[in-house]
Amino acid sequence: MYNKEKLDAVKAARENWENNKIAKTLAKGPERKEKFMSTSGYEVKRLYTPEDIADLDYNEDLSYPGEFPYTRGVQPTMYRGKLWTMRQYAGFATAEESNKRYKYLLEQGQTGLSVAFDLPTQIGYDSDHPLAEGEVGKVGVAIDSLKDMEILFDGIPLDKVSTSMTINAPAAVLLAMYIAVAEKQGVTPDKLSGTIQNDILKEYIARGTYIFPTEPSMRLITNIFEYCAKNVPKWNTISISGYHIREAGSTAVQEVAFTLADGIAYVEAAIKAGLDVDQFAPRLSFFFNAHNDLLEEVAKFRAARRLWAKIMKERFHAKDPKSMMLRFHTQTGGSTLTAQQPDNNIVRVAIQTLAAVLGGTQSLHTNSRDEALALPTEDSVRIALRTQQIVAYESGVADTIDPLAGSYYVESMTNEIEKRAAEYIAKIDELGGAAKAIEKGFIQQEIQDSAYRYQKEVESGERIVVGMNKFQIQESAPKGLLRVDPAVGEMQKEKLKALRDERDNAKVEESLAELKRAAGTDENLMPYILTAVKQYATLGEICGVLREVFGEYQQSVIL
Amino acid sequence: MDIRAGLLSGSKRAAARLITMIENGDPEAIEIIKENYHKTGKARIIGVTGPPGAGKSTVTDKLAKLVRKQGKRVAIIAVDPTSPFSGGAILGDRIRMSDLNTDEGVFIRSMGTRGALGGLSKSVHGAIKVMDIFGCDYIFVETVGVGQSEIDIVKVADTVLMVMVPGLGDDIQAIKAGIMEIGDVFAINKSDREGAEKTATEIELMLDLNGMTEYRPPVKNIIAKDNKGIDELWEALESHYKYMVSSGNFDKRREKAIETEILEIFKQNLLDRVMRLQKNTEYLSELISKVFNKQLDPFNAAVELANVLNKEEGK
Amino acid sequence: MNRPIRVLVAKPGLDGHDRGAKVVARAMRDAGMEVIYTGLRQTPEQIAEAAIQEDVDCVAMSILSGAHNHLFPKVVKLVREKGGEDILIIGGGVIPEEDIPGLKEAGIAEIFTPGTPTSVTIDFIRNNIKRD
Repeated sequence: MYNKEKLDAVKAARENWENNKIAKTLAKGPERKEKFMSTSGYEVKRLYTPEDIADLDYNEDLSYPGEFPYTRGVQPTMYRGKLWTMRQYAGFATAEESNKRYKYLLEQGQTGLSVAFDLPTQIGYDSDHPLAEGEVGKVGVAIDSLKDMEILFDGIPLDKVSTSMTINAPAAVLLAMYIAVAEKQGVTPDKLSGTIQNDILKEYIARGTYIFPTEPSMRLITNIFEYCAKNVPKWNTISISGYHIREAGSTAVQEVAFTLADGIAYVEAAIKAGLDVDQFAPRLSFFFNAHNDLLEEVAKFRAARRLWAKIMKERFHAKDPKSMMLRFHTQTGGSTLTAQQPDNNIVRVAIQTLAAVLGGTQSLHTNSRDEALALPTEDSVRIALRTQQIVAYESGVADTIDPLAGSYYVESMTNEIEKRAAEYIAKIDELGGAAKAIEKGFIQQEIQDSAYRYQKEVESGERIVVGMNKFQIQESAPKGLLRVDPAVGEMQKEKLKALRDERDNAKVEESLAELKRAAGTDENLMPYILTAVKQYATLGEICGVLREVFGEYQQSVIL
Repeated sequence: MDIRAGLLSGSKRAAARLITMIENGDPEAIEIIKENYHKTGKARIIGVTGPPGAGKSTVTDKLAKLVRKQGKRVAIIAVDPTSPFSGGAILGDRIRMSDLNTDEGVFIRSMGTRGALGGLSKSVHGAIKVMDIFGCDYIFVETVGVGQSEIDIVKVADTVLMVMVPGLGDDIQAIKAGIMEIGDVFAINKSDREGAEKTATEIELMLDLNGMTEYRPPVKNIIAKDNKGIDELWEALESHYKYMVSSGNFDKRREKAIETEILEIFKQNLLDRVMRLQKNTEYLSELISKVFNKQLDPFNAAVELANVLNKEEGK
Repeated sequence: MNRPIRVLVAKPGLDGHDRGAKVVARAMRDAGMEVIYTGLRQTPEQIAEAAIQEDVDCVAMSILSGAHNHLFPKVVKLVREKGGEDILIIGGGVIPEEDIPGLKEAGIAEIFTPGTPTSVTIDFIRNNIKRD
């Protein structure tokens, strides 16, 4: 960006400054720390100058919003055109209660829904399964059959809202239920917009709600890609998630690297299944975390966008620009919240919100202050949403696009993160791709090491977490936390029993037998799942049939 | 807890505690083993070893399930390395055996190598005896085949199963040295992976070089996680057993193991005496400094040490 | 007696968030303990059985899903039934303060909530195991 002459002048002036001003200042006393390290483990310099981005080519490396390599954003006008979607992840207990919460959130100005499912649902067990005991309705809503899904979206027009569903291993089943509910509302699949998480690799890596082994899981995912390309064209078929990788303790660089490596694996699987890259890639979406290191986070988002664009263009020869755009949802960092002085979390979330917005996110969930203690209360959820609204309407950061571009530090760090992430991806390629690297435990080991290093830094006081290892106070236990009625499990069980009595069980059996047969072939399973769902086959029954054919994933624990 | 009564009544709790006592060098444990020694020798001991990541735990899990179907009682001793820095260990083999966990007829015990002189084999051999006395029909001993102490452990097995995996590359060369020779049956796990055939060929080649005539270890392709080839693998283990019995090698191997054990206990006793001596007197330190100052050589120092030990004994 | 303390680290229930359990397990190992790690989705029955077979001094469980009131007491009950009367049982995770008295009454010796340094947990184990 600079000519040599100018750079030389900058260098000379900097050296002069260092040798005189800085040397004199340091002679009076050292800086706060001997070395300042980024959370990703590289040294942060005292000052960044044009020298640090001497090789930056504006048109090539940064370009313009909506243009390759999308460093500055994927939409031409970004938030000047339309603000990001404010999407709070919610859902608990029964479909009835969650339905109430959704309606409340929509009234409060939220613009998209985000459904949290309980763990039995996420692992493909009905509420009456022995392993579901104590878990029904706890971390999200319990969905056993289409019946629950009808209640969940009762009175919510599915052609008007976009719905994100955090569902992975049984994503095909929940998507089928959504399509079926829409049909009952008179909404055709092509009108539906939303996202399913559908990212099994990060379940193996970090989140743990897997069901099937890698191969059949990848097949289900590509089945969904193919089905949606034809029938549900506005649906984001996957949300390739770095969020949980970061929550598990990775660094920012690792978050980018492992997420994009997973992305590469999905693209490869779909191409191998015979799909054309531009047929499905425009519907790939991503999901990242936002932590407290504001500038590193902004650089992370920018680096991820640029790296993905290059991968899609150069490695997969995508032609459609939409295939190259990394569109992403962000959630503020759950693991950054403290149980101590929980109100401080509001401030953390505000910083993280800024990071996501300055990083150009497409949608955002802000965590509530009390999430290190329990599920958030309605009050806490409202403050979290207000935080987004304050950033959107009062801070001014949404008024111009990618305002931190050109910062010597941010650009230099964007380059650094991209470079380091690309190195990781090359290493994963060497190991045979993300699925193999997971099987070998490489990715888990890297994350695990980072998590442990972080913990040690916190315990030694080298890393300060306000209110937790410094500036503590005596505090009494917070009151008024949200509790899930323990009777939910019993209620769901009763509903299931009633359902099994009133549905046409012969047709259910028939549809399940058909699904089982198809699972043994290489047919697309979506139509079979849809048929079974419409007959009110339960989630547990459908996943049970697939478990019989596919087997179950064996966890490999790396410590 | 009354270990003796518990052991007789089939209490897992008692057996588990006895193993802990052995691991911790509790002299009472040796007394209990002595009292019950006549009950040992009934269980068949299968050593499972191989390089890290070969899937030994999964193979053991599947074999154990197969044996359970025959109504036999199974014990599994899974050994993982102890950290040389902290003395702690992470023992994670049970993860692969989750559904065996609650099976009445299965007893799984994880052990750290703990790194003490001869301590590991003492612990493992002790645990084998406990499980034998406890009435287990099959005892699987699973160790990472990397060090001499691990080799020593599986040597007590009646049959040694070597679990290999394709694509080890140069590692196979390293493993060959020393460890490959002790395999009675070879399993190539994850044999749906690239390089399975090459690995099989390499093993066969090595077996050719060993020039065994009477019994040649079979090489079996398996995919343990999908339960593929497990029946065939079991048959191979059974035929090795039959061969051992019919050839008389079974008794020979057990006698050899007993010989090793006696000598090891003897060595250990001797070492214990030296350690006691060192605790009570400065004698060993004096010997060391004498050798260091070239007033004495280590050979004569050892002779002197023996003399002193005998004198101590006389007191 | 100079011997490593044996701890079973377990994740009962269905939640897959094992960062805490793994970090604690690793810290325990570095503190010289033998950690038997059993992985995700363990039933109370599996945990209790493993605790007995491994003859551990302590069972340390982590739950972030909110199922603690249901699962923790079950594990205590089963461990005691199987004769593990002297096994120390502790828990951690996202657990509201107001649930802690009930859990302690059910036999959980201590509950460690987010932000607890691993050294605190380790010291607690060292000071409270019931065997020499």
